[in-house]
Amino acid sequence: MNGRRPIEPVAITDYTVSCAAGSGRAALLQAIGGQHSALREHDDARLPTWVGRVDGLEEAPLPAALAGWDCRATRLAWHGLQADGFVGAVQAARQRFGAARIGLALGTSASTIAVSEQAYRGLDADGRFPAPLRNERLNTPHALAAFVQQALQLEGPCVTVSTACSSSAKAFASAERWLRLELADAVVVAGVEALCASLLYGFRSLGLLSPEPCRPFGPRRRGISIGEAAGFALLQRGPGALQLLGYGESNDAHHMSSPHPQGLGAEAALDDALARAGLDSADIDFVNLHGTASERNDEVEAALLVRRYADSTHACATKGLTGHTMGAAGIVEAAICLLALDSGVLAGSAHTEAADPAFGPGFAARLRLLPARGRVRHAASHSFGFGGNNSVLVFGRA
Amino acid sequence: MKTQTLFIDGIALWSPALPGWDAARGALRGGALPPPSATRRPATGLLGANERRRAPDSVLLALEVAQAAVQASGHDAATLASVFSSTHGDLAIVDALCTTLAEDPLLLSPTRFHHSVHNAASGYWAIASGCRRASSAVAHFGHAFAAGWLESAGQCAADGEPVLLVGFDTEACGALASTNRSRGLLGVALVLSPQRGPRSSWRVDWALHAAAAEAPPLRSAAARALADNAMADALPLFEALAGDAAAQLALPLGPQLALALSAVPGA
Repeated sequence: MNGRRPIEPVAITDYTVSCAAGSGRAALLQAIGGQHSALREHDDARLPTWVGRVDGLEEAPLPAALAGWDCRATRLAWHGLQADGFVGAVQAARQRFGAARIGLALGTSASTIAVSEQAYRGLDADGRFPAPLRNERLNTPHALAAFVQQALQLEGPCVTVSTACSSSAKAFASAERWLRLELADAVVVAGVEALCASLLYGFRSLGLLSPEPCRPFGPRRRGISIGEAAGFALLQRGPGALQLLGYGESNDAHHMSSPHPQGLGAEAALDDALARAGLDSADIDFVNLHGTASERNDEVEAALLVRRYADSTHACATKGLTGHTMGAAGIVEAAICLLALDSGVLAGSAHTEAADPAFGPGFAARLRLLPARGRVRHAASHSFGFGGNNSVLVFGRA
Repeated sequence: MKTQTLFIDGIALWSPALPGWDAARGALRGGALPPPSATRRPATGLLGANERRRAPDSVLLALEVAQAAVQASGHDAATLASVFSSTHGDLAIVDALCTTLAEDPLLLSPTRFHHSVHNAASGYWAIASGCRRASSAVAHFGHAFAAGWLESAGQCAADGEPVLLVGFDTEACGALASTNRSRGLLGVALVLSPQRGPRSSWRVDWALHAAAAEAPPLRSAAARALADNAMADALPLFEALAGDAAAQLALPLGPQLALALSAVPGA
């Protein structure tokens, strides 16, 4: 990482996000400004927890031409694509550059695993998948990306990035490399994660599910609230009004499910992102923290914030609004940064009544509990995942 | 489209019938298959005995080939960025996870859950090698090796630094085997470098072509025996690397996209 040179800014010409807090940028902006949390009690008596669920997907099957891909995760992706004119923006790029010159990098953690979960609940008499679900292309991690590629009629490079909670943040890094190497002239960056039993019961098994809405960095935080989301961004070689300025990637090399105690991996990702952006951490006015509300993640990240960011930085943790959308969290929180740059509406930290005093006054000064308005020059987003996988993104305006 | 150039500094392959590059090389050149071995999964030296026992096959496989390729390359493992590509992740873990979720989800074990994430092998590799560099986990369907090449060779070219590429897939079991066609275990790894080095054994020029391509036919019985594994799209390149003649390959990367590789031995 020493000697890393700055990259050319990449233009983000369009973006959209749909999650429990709202479908499309305007709805999300309203939820941020009014700090309207979308978390609600989960409807499974065995799982006393709160979730960020997108309404109406049960009654929204895919169009007939795409029906072979139908499941909750692809419905969520389709729903997300309809907002903010995103499909039209991709269509225009396709006309300009040709389908073969538009890439797709999609981050997801569990992808369409819910289809396999459903099949196992209804195996046939011979112990096989029930016939309608016996579809190899649907029961595999790349299914979501293959679906989105087909829905958008793209023929360029396409990859699924699946590094748990950093997945869709790292998809921005793949996109930047493809653009820089001229492997593509435009890239759709996506993050899609749907609620499913694997994630809900998996985090339950780790003792990380909060029985109440998550309270990131709060003194009484009790774990995470899982959410679902679909987010998309269209990237082209810059400059542009909104820009990806840098990204950083690292691994903790410490433990599969708990962070490095000194946050060395997270800090390496931050250094990498700042070096590519050609910025110092003092240049960052707004940071969307990973802030899961798990005991250890918040502790390590709070120390990193105080150690590296200016005390005037507006830091927020938005998973109390949206839930932790796992593989989609990177792009959801990237969108919250872009909204801050674009509109001057800076998110607060929903459900967090106060910063945990254990993190000290320096942290309390930086963590904003309430939304605010202000001019942001540079925004950063942290995504630190399972398997020690870290990514930091830096955005700015032209 | 623009052509990029890289050098291959380390090569590894592991399957139960071909446990290591030395064994694989002769067989992939068309030589006799080695005698059947009792080895079911690799005994990678990177994990302690307890971790090794609990680790899924996919993790042992990925760590085995990662370590072998890095050793052959002469690079320090702690300095290498890495990309782990797999079509399906660990299918035995998916089967066990879905079985538990169907029978009694409250019995799901935390170990099984953290083994189920697609980046489990990437995480274990980072822990075992002490490497804090960027490590990714990617997936594709039918073209997972080519997609892993795109990600790792892209990083090598964009950042001008060596990158470890690991590709692996496992065998479908249980009810999953009724829908998923992957069979056997296959792991491959390459250390890709932007500059020619003392251990560079091949120079490869690569580019994307916007055209449909047919998967190149497999020439050896050893490769054909592995054709049912979901990482089988790696085999044409590894057959070429087992020989000593220059080779031109077009690996499918999508219905209208191919990865064109031109490999020259001796670097």
